[in-house]
Amino acid sequence: MISFYIHFPFCIKKCNYCDFLSFSAGDDIRDRYVDSLCGEIRRYSEYIKEPVFTVFFGGGTPSLLTPKQTERIMNAITDCYRMDKCNEISLECNPGASLYDNLKAYRDLGINRLSIGLQSTDDNELKILGRIHNYEQFVSTYSDARRAGFDNINIDIMSAIPGQTIKSYKDTLTQIVNVDPEHISAYSLIIEEGTKFHDLYAHDNSVTSSISNHSERPKRNMIPPLPNEDEEREMYYITHDILDKAGFSRYEISNYAKEGYECRHNNVYWTGGDYIGFGLNASSYYMGYRYRNPADIGRYSELYTDYENSFTAFKPDMSVYEYIDNPELHEEINKLSVKDMMEEYMFLGLRRMKGVSTEGFKKKFLTEMRNVYGLITDKLIKDGLIIEEEGYIRLSDRGIDVSNVVLSNFLLD
Amino acid sequence: MDQNHIRNFCIVAHIDHGKSTLADRIIEKTGLLTEREMQEQVLDNMDIERERGITIKAQTVRTVYKAKDGQEYVFNLIDTPGHVDFNYEVSRSLAACDGAILVVDAAQGIEAQTLANVYLALDHDLEVFPVINKIDLPSAEPQRVIEEIEDVIGIEAEDAPLISAKNGIGIEDVLERIVERVPAPKGDASAPLKALIFDSLYDSYRGVIIFCRIMDGKVSKGTRIRMMATGAVAEVVEVGVFGAGQFIPDEELSAGMVGYITASIKNVRDTAVGDTVTDDDNPCLEALPGYKKVQSMVYCGMYPADGAKYPDLRDALEKLQLNDASLNYEPETSVALGFGFRCGFLGLLHLEIVQERLEREYNLDLVTTAPGVIYHVWKTNGEMIELTNPTNMPDPSEIDYMEEPIVSAEIMLTSEYLGAIMGLCQERRGRQTGMEYIEANRVLLKYDLPLNEIIYDFFDALKSRSRGYASFDYELKGYEKSSLVKLDILINREEVDALSFIVHADSAYERGRKMCEKLKDEIPRHLFEIPIQAAVGGKIIARETVKAMRKDVLAKCYGGDITRKKKLLEKQKEGKKRMRQIGNVEIPQKAFMSVLKLDSE
Repeated sequence: MISFYIHFPFCIKKCNYCDFLSFSAGDDIRDRYVDSLCGEIRRYSEYIKEPVFTVFFGGGTPSLLTPKQTERIMNAITDCYRMDKCNEISLECNPGASLYDNLKAYRDLGINRLSIGLQSTDDNELKILGRIHNYEQFVSTYSDARRAGFDNINIDIMSAIPGQTIKSYKDTLTQIVNVDPEHISAYSLIIEEGTKFHDLYAHDNSVTSSISNHSERPKRNMIPPLPNEDEEREMYYITHDILDKAGFSRYEISNYAKEGYECRHNNVYWTGGDYIGFGLNASSYYMGYRYRNPADIGRYSELYTDYENSFTAFKPDMSVYEYIDNPELHEEINKLSVKDMMEEYMFLGLRRMKGVSTEGFKKKFLTEMRNVYGLITDKLIKDGLIIEEEGYIRLSDRGIDVSNVVLSNFLLD
Repeated sequence: MDQNHIRNFCIVAHIDHGKSTLADRIIEKTGLLTEREMQEQVLDNMDIERERGITIKAQTVRTVYKAKDGQEYVFNLIDTPGHVDFNYEVSRSLAACDGAILVVDAAQGIEAQTLANVYLALDHDLEVFPVINKIDLPSAEPQRVIEEIEDVIGIEAEDAPLISAKNGIGIEDVLERIVERVPAPKGDASAPLKALIFDSLYDSYRGVIIFCRIMDGKVSKGTRIRMMATGAVAEVVEVGVFGAGQFIPDEELSAGMVGYITASIKNVRDTAVGDTVTDDDNPCLEALPGYKKVQSMVYCGMYPADGAKYPDLRDALEKLQLNDASLNYEPETSVALGFGFRCGFLGLLHLEIVQERLEREYNLDLVTTAPGVIYHVWKTNGEMIELTNPTNMPDPSEIDYMEEPIVSAEIMLTSEYLGAIMGLCQERRGRQTGMEYIEANRVLLKYDLPLNEIIYDFFDALKSRSRGYASFDYELKGYEKSSLVKLDILINREEVDALSFIVHADSAYERGRKMCEKLKDEIPRHLFEIPIQAAVGGKIIARETVKAMRKDVLAKCYGGDITRKKKLLEKQKEGKKRMRQIGNVEIPQKAFMSVLKLDSE
């Protein structure tokens, strides 16, 4: 089984916290990009015979895809791949006015899960984040989605937004619970390099660096301060309290779902499953290789528009390895060693609340987890950061708080 | 070479008064170098020196001048280091000269260093004549400066050449004055060889290159030479003179000449500055006076940031020492920092230079411990220990008393900063020994100061409190009894040996408090709370706490970009590696260094 991630890098406007590969572009560029995307999807089918498990349209803002464009992509997939085992096709959607027609079209094309990037129900916080929608627009998009037939909806929310208070965050949580989605992703804002927020808040050590002690707030009056560390943690704790009471269980550090609605696609990432990322700079994990597509849109388009006629990168009868391990096609190509895979098994698997299975480790690597990680797990258990129970090792509550420190222990020398 | 046509001299000046520029002009005007060949400052050819605007390693140039009397004269311009750390080297360079040009800035007048250097030159019976430089500056007051020279130093200055070395004004005057005023050498070429080593240089092809002034006799290829103090004997391979930036081989060196000798000598320790070179087969009766074994004044621990680089550090120190006989080191071990070296230096500048060279030329990442001086610890059993590493301080019950080195310092300043600077000296436990008004608004302050109070940041403090107008010079006076204690730092209740240092009992509390505050900022949060304590003799005198880490969570893992997540974790792990583990606390390397700059705020 294999999963597909489809990247649509276009946005109307980049948000102040966003460091993903996204930008704005005109209709014609978007349309040509879809051509290349379809080209790539079709091209890869020469090498993939296994059934598709999940598909995820991420971005950027995939809800900028027109019904026609979406249809072309879906056709490329269904024409070339086995879809009989596929039961989750997600699409990320930003709230906006009158999206009903698009949503209906997506649903009719087989997309059955919608992930709506709300972030906050407070319009002022949305403005600070640089979002272009307000809460009211979200409400209308959400009801459009339900009306269009989506019965599996995720809502993204964010804590630690500049100016956010415990109270305003609680309001966001309660309002979202009342809206009654199937899934909630609750992230805490991280100030990433290369974002507008970085310019404004990078000097605020409490967020950019986990190793500093004091939290100085920005001096300029115009910029609301980031919540301090204690507030930030409090927000994290109440997320769990409120969502748990509302029937959402936390299955991953930042993800909550009603029973049966865990995001299968995301679980593929955490459990070492194969996936192909189609589109600009998308990451893949296939045949034991991690690699990514070019980040340059011109280069990407050259490769996959008219690929059959023009490009030297494609040689007839190329093997799948020649296709993957090909610097003309891919970047950061990395064949994982057993050591790499063990590390990933641990640091990805531990993000899930269920943890990592010791039996599963043995089955995969033909050696006991103890033989590789015994010293580390013993110490972390002693320090109260992880818990071993019923054949699984998982993070404790304290371990979740400081998961970077815990997970970095599983990198081998 | 006819001694009557040789002039051996040096230039003495305060920092920035234009010594190197004048040297460049002399070289230029004597035609040895075309303008194109001129580096900006020929004499200062090391990066560090150039950046700091000071000359560390004495270098010498021979030029040929055709004087107005129609005759050619050989000028040997012997360069002298311009910093108190290198006083002994200065004195040996002066001993190789017969005269000295005193350069004084027409705007700034006499400074502390000017005085120190002039007195040193006069002590060596050099003929000193003044030159007033920078006369083109709008603030130049040549007449005032001339009077100052006559009043303060007591040498004739009325006819001093008024020059601008920078703009090439008055240089001819200086050249003629050299011929007139600097006495020709008066050695005996037929006497046994007697030459003064004033510098040496290690070259990987030729071995040690000895820089010397021939007092009597001669030396040439094949002469078996002996260094009278170190006893080293070697056969001469080559002799020659110093062109600008190059060695020019010659047949022989004879009385009165300045030049170099190579003899396949492997170690600069064998050719100590101040030693006398003689002919092993026909030795002179007695060595030249003034030889001193160089003594380190300041010590610190130097450790490789990456423990695995210990052999690299050892090799680098070995190589540096080939060229720097005043650098001492011996291996030591620290619980906190692992394997490293306790190194001895002439002073703090020397320390910094060595540190920079190790980092720059040998690409080493270093952790240095707080510099300290040599304390005398008198034990109750009558034994005396010279203490260079605080860790080795005996138990207080075994100590009768301790002594610390004291320097006599001269500070020259304008009177408006008198209060500020006297305050500074007071804070640094100084004892005023004199004060003279040189002019209505210029004062020479004399203080006895403990050396350990001036090695950290006294220069910086002096400069900032006088807005750069105070100048400073000192020499070691001797040892005095003092109330000293060892200040220990405990991190998570474990003593960190590399952070211990010795301090006067009265300032222990203040320093301890500052150390704790600084360390609190430098030590990253851990999963647990970390107390940082300062203690004297087991008694805690200050405490700070690094709070436990609240959170450290990975961001959203988007679009399956696992590689990036892994990189983040790797970075975290890598950061840990660069830290030193003390108990279960990880301390960044820079924490050890940051406590050196406690007074910078």
